[in-house]
Amino acid sequence: MKRKIRFTLSQKRAVTGLLFIMPWLIGFLVYYVRSLVLNVRFSLSKIEIMKIGGYRATYIGLQNYRYALLEHATFNQILVNSIRDVLIDIPFIIFFSLFMAILLNTKFKGRGIVRIIFFLPILLGSGAVLESLEQATRNITGGASATIAELSKTNQINIDYFLYIFEDLGLPVALVDYITGLVARIFEIVRASSVQIIIFLAALQSIPRSLYECAKIEGATAYETFWKITFPMVSPLILTNVVYTIVDFFVNSEVVDLAYEVAFTNYDYGLSAAMSTLSTAVVCLILVIVSALISRKTFYYN
Amino acid sequence: MNARNVMVYYRKINEKAHDVTFRSGAFGRVKLVLFSVFRAVIIIGMSYIILGPVINIVSNSFFSGSDVYNPSVFMIPLNPTLENYRRAFVRLDYFRTLGYTLVYIVTITLIQIFVCSMVGYGFARFDFPLKKLLFGCVIVTIVLPAHVIMLPLYQHFRKWDVLGIIEAVTGEAANLLSSETPMYLMTLFGTGLRSGLFIYIFRQFFRGLPKEIEEAAFIDGAGPWYTYFAIMLANAMPAVITVAVFSMVWQYNDMFYARLFSMPTSHILTFRLSTLQATVEFADQVKDPLISQLAVYAGITLVLLPILFIYFTLQKYFVEGIERSGIVG
Repeated sequence: MKRKIRFTLSQKRAVTGLLFIMPWLIGFLVYYVRSLVLNVRFSLSKIEIMKIGGYRATYIGLQNYRYALLEHATFNQILVNSIRDVLIDIPFIIFFSLFMAILLNTKFKGRGIVRIIFFLPILLGSGAVLESLEQATRNITGGASATIAELSKTNQINIDYFLYIFEDLGLPVALVDYITGLVARIFEIVRASSVQIIIFLAALQSIPRSLYECAKIEGATAYETFWKITFPMVSPLILTNVVYTIVDFFVNSEVVDLAYEVAFTNYDYGLSAAMSTLSTAVVCLILVIVSALISRKTFYYN
Repeated sequence: MNARNVMVYYRKINEKAHDVTFRSGAFGRVKLVLFSVFRAVIIIGMSYIILGPVINIVSNSFFSGSDVYNPSVFMIPLNPTLENYRRAFVRLDYFRTLGYTLVYIVTITLIQIFVCSMVGYGFARFDFPLKKLLFGCVIVTIVLPAHVIMLPLYQHFRKWDVLGIIEAVTGEAANLLSSETPMYLMTLFGTGLRSGLFIYIFRQFFRGLPKEIEEAAFIDGAGPWYTYFAIMLANAMPAVITVAVFSMVWQYNDMFYARLFSMPTSHILTFRLSTLQATVEFADQVKDPLISQLAVYAGITLVLLPILFIYFTLQKYFVEGIERSGIVG
């Protein structure tokens, strides 16, 4: 009895709180922590798979990592390409989704339908559907989403000629490459930014109207209003969106496919684990750097 | 000054302010029209980019073999046929597979809502030691790519056991692969497909609700569990709908876990779709990939229909829900 009395109200609530999060805590320990530790162990060992379904691990140090980085035919390249792609896409996806969110937030006829259309890509995100969609995209001749190379074939337009003109105009080659690359992948980029549009849209709607009214009364132009009100108010969500973009990108990236293939086609668990660990480390590093850079510039309203 | 006067005055100010921004007169009107045209062009263009492939797929699914090789056919088939649909229908075993899939995703979604809202509530309203660290771990589960835990999970479910009990009873650890059980288990313990994100959404939402409701319930003698089930969950409808739609759509589209746990293709519609082309080529003796591709287009249309239906029925609440469910800060 005495012990029961000693439980203060806050202690009781602490216990209840722990009970509430208990399912997740167990799952986290069993499925995440344990798996992470095991994955690192796998990557440091040579795994032999037994016929009955078990495995035997022999410690071989960093050999798997060395093999993945220095000797494997494609891993290096795929990893670097994925990182490059995601770094190139992020600024554009963020810019594009903010821009679209602002447009969708204005009043016009048929806004409901347009919103439905813009959220459609979320529904089209399945692996099998995506593959066929990409195929179908390539088949639309003359569509904006056809790749530059194919455009030049089907429409008899010499894209290279225009590229030379841009270069002669004195635009840096890297910039021209960046823009043409974006145009060629416009479908993927539009598709990849639908959740980001939703998040920005929600952010825009949560900005108090009174701020805009104030700005109007003070005679601010639309340009000033954007930079002094809209942008600072949605800036915390830029970080959220960047993180979401990076994570989402790596869920479907080729690195995952490669690690999967190595594990379940070649049955080289050790190498696959090393690849997963390496790519995860890289993703986490990017996330830490990017969020450190962005959160410095972020404005928090509260 | 009574309320109506204030309103009139306010409106006047507003109109003036409007004039300031858009500079009254012809110039302002031209600017407005230009903006509308610009907006229309952008929105129509982007809608085309999104809808183009979908329209292409749907129209292609009605093509017959001769249309594929007829270069003058674009979008509208000359000899429309339902043959592709018949093939896709039979080879997907559509209604049966769809039934299994729906049962699977609805169950998973219900578990997700239940577990994630509970955990989110725990994080939002209770103080316990290491709370910040544990919530950091939730964020980690959102951010961590799933493939880093893929192999250990595979091994775990290959020889699944709880403290050696199953082995003691049946003599052998259970093999849970080739079934949906691993996904049910993981979802039940809050680590299913994007559970971390759902926990985050619920936590943000519950934090935004006023504390007074719970205090009132507490004074009236309701315990924390009763408060959560009867009061908080009922108030969390926007968040619940957001999570329900996301969970259903993502689970429906998920191939990663379906492939990893080698779930039976006869139960998972999208998974079955990925092998449709091979099946049609083999079973219907269609050797031309361009023609067997048509059956895949029909299959995609069939696979998209139910999820589109779910989305259209829920989308009104969904968009509203997202705007209120505290994903934002």
